[in-house]
Amino acid sequence: MNSTTASSAKVGSNVTHKWFQWIAGTLLTIGGIIFMVPFIWMALSSFKLEKEVLQIPPTLWPNEFTLDNFKYLFNNMNFGVYLKNTLIIVLCSFCGLFLNAMAGYGFAKYRFKGRDSLFILVLATMMIPGQVTMIPVYLILNSMDLTNTMLGIVLPGLAGAFSIFLFRQFMSTIPSELLEATRIDGASELRIFLQIVLPISKSIIAVQAILAFIGGWNSFLWPLIIANDESLYTLSVGLSLLKGQYGGNYALQMAGATFMVVPVMAIFIYFQKHIIDNFTISGIK
Amino acid sequence: MKSFFNNKAPYFFITPTLILLALFSLLPIAVALVISFTNMDLAGLADYSNIKFVGFENYVSVISDPVFMQSIYNTLFYVIIGVPLVIVFSLGIALLINIGTHRIFKAFRVVYYLPSITNVVAVAVVWSYLYNPSFGLFNYVLELLNLPAIPWLTEPTIAKISLIMLALWRAIGLNMIIFIAALQGIPKSYYEAAQLDGANTWQQITSITIPMLRFAIFFVSITTMIGWLQFFEEPFVMTQGGPLDGTTSVALFIYRNGFQLSNFGYAAAGSFVLFIAIIAITLFQFSLQRKESDLT
Repeated sequence: MNSTTASSAKVGSNVTHKWFQWIAGTLLTIGGIIFMVPFIWMALSSFKLEKEVLQIPPTLWPNEFTLDNFKYLFNNMNFGVYLKNTLIIVLCSFCGLFLNAMAGYGFAKYRFKGRDSLFILVLATMMIPGQVTMIPVYLILNSMDLTNTMLGIVLPGLAGAFSIFLFRQFMSTIPSELLEATRIDGASELRIFLQIVLPISKSIIAVQAILAFIGGWNSFLWPLIIANDESLYTLSVGLSLLKGQYGGNYALQMAGATFMVVPVMAIFIYFQKHIIDNFTISGIK
Repeated sequence: MKSFFNNKAPYFFITPTLILLALFSLLPIAVALVISFTNMDLAGLADYSNIKFVGFENYVSVISDPVFMQSIYNTLFYVIIGVPLVIVFSLGIALLINIGTHRIFKAFRVVYYLPSITNVVAVAVVWSYLYNPSFGLFNYVLELLNLPAIPWLTEPTIAKISLIMLALWRAIGLNMIIFIAALQGIPKSYYEAAQLDGANTWQQITSITIPMLRFAIFFVSITTMIGWLQFFEEPFVMTQGGPLDGTTSVALFIYRNGFQLSNFGYAAAGSFVLFIAIIAITLFQFSLQRKESDLT
């Protein structure tokens, strides 16, 4: 590196850079394997028989692959019902996404009285910790007779300030001339939104839809608080119930966990480029 | 008529979400404040005439509640140990990934990000199994290395550290992405200039990369800290706050008092103490940041 000529300095730095790449790659591989251990262990254990899971020393690869754990979840526990409820919540969160997109558009493309202060108010709601709103929201829902209903579970999560913010950021880049031209052609405001703005915003909608799916699929706290009936439980709540009831049956617990984790992982790996790139673009700026 | 609608159009677009946010984010603050001064409980829920104003009684008794004190201590423990670890690890991994030009380094982004998107309950269930003293993988590995077994979740201080390890594993991904984004925003010419001056890689990292990342580090430390002050799911699923309330966080304390013991007023008072603490610590960090940027 102390070479006097420019060219040998360049060669020197290339060689060191290559070395750094190898060191970085090795460290990241070791770290990555450690990072993945819980997932690998979970997935492999979910195919083991109950007695094999409790064996000492533990086996890595199941001696005998069994699907009994997964069958048990659906036949003897209500995982079918939990799955249905979870999917309903996911669908509702897509509706919430539509409302957020509308709000983002309203804030991005119209001038109206109080716009900026309202938008700051929206952003301010992000600062409120969930623990403060938890109890009053329960009391509010209770006074609306919505406890122990699906509507009560989904309503508090429908509008999200961060989602509105991302939509606004994206939609303010849509040229106003385009909207103005459509307006002169006689299109109504709602039609402009549905037929011009939404199609242009496809990419941000896709990313947010994936995030909404992950959020809905993972929803835990509200279903836990609002649902008294097992018929309203989501997968997360069902799984925490399973952990309480079948504390010693790790094979069954791992099957439940695998069933929850794998779909999200698959969707994420498939769409990861869009999600990560979107974070890189909009997350920090 | 049409122009009338056009004037109303923005309100038509924003009203639905504003109503929802007002109802479930803003109104609750007022409600929480009011009930924190009452003895609201199940009887009060059934019939509002049972609710009595008790002044500051809830606040006085929550602050002298030993379990609440323990939960504050635990939460501070989580924050003080956890937040620096999150920053060091996510920044370190981001730096390593950023060195790479090969395609495989993109795959590493996904690998390290995966724990962030997975369900916290599922993950807590898996880690409970890994931590199991007799059948768990971790103690088995320790045994293979001829090391003594560790009581992962049964000794109060170790249990806190065990929960931090799990939360750290989940927190790295998102923050790593933020750091990678910030790293890519540093102009290449800075490094080229430093190389011409003969700076080695380590010098480049300490005198270009880290100073340029100051805002990202600040952002990550604030958001992570707010997140860890609200630490909830991990202790809820894995230890239920035990052993001996050794892992009870403030958030779990609030949940337990509110929804398991139905002391709504008391829990609301606890939640306001947490809220004030979050605001105070955030403001403190902001002023620290301002002072630091004045110095340079």
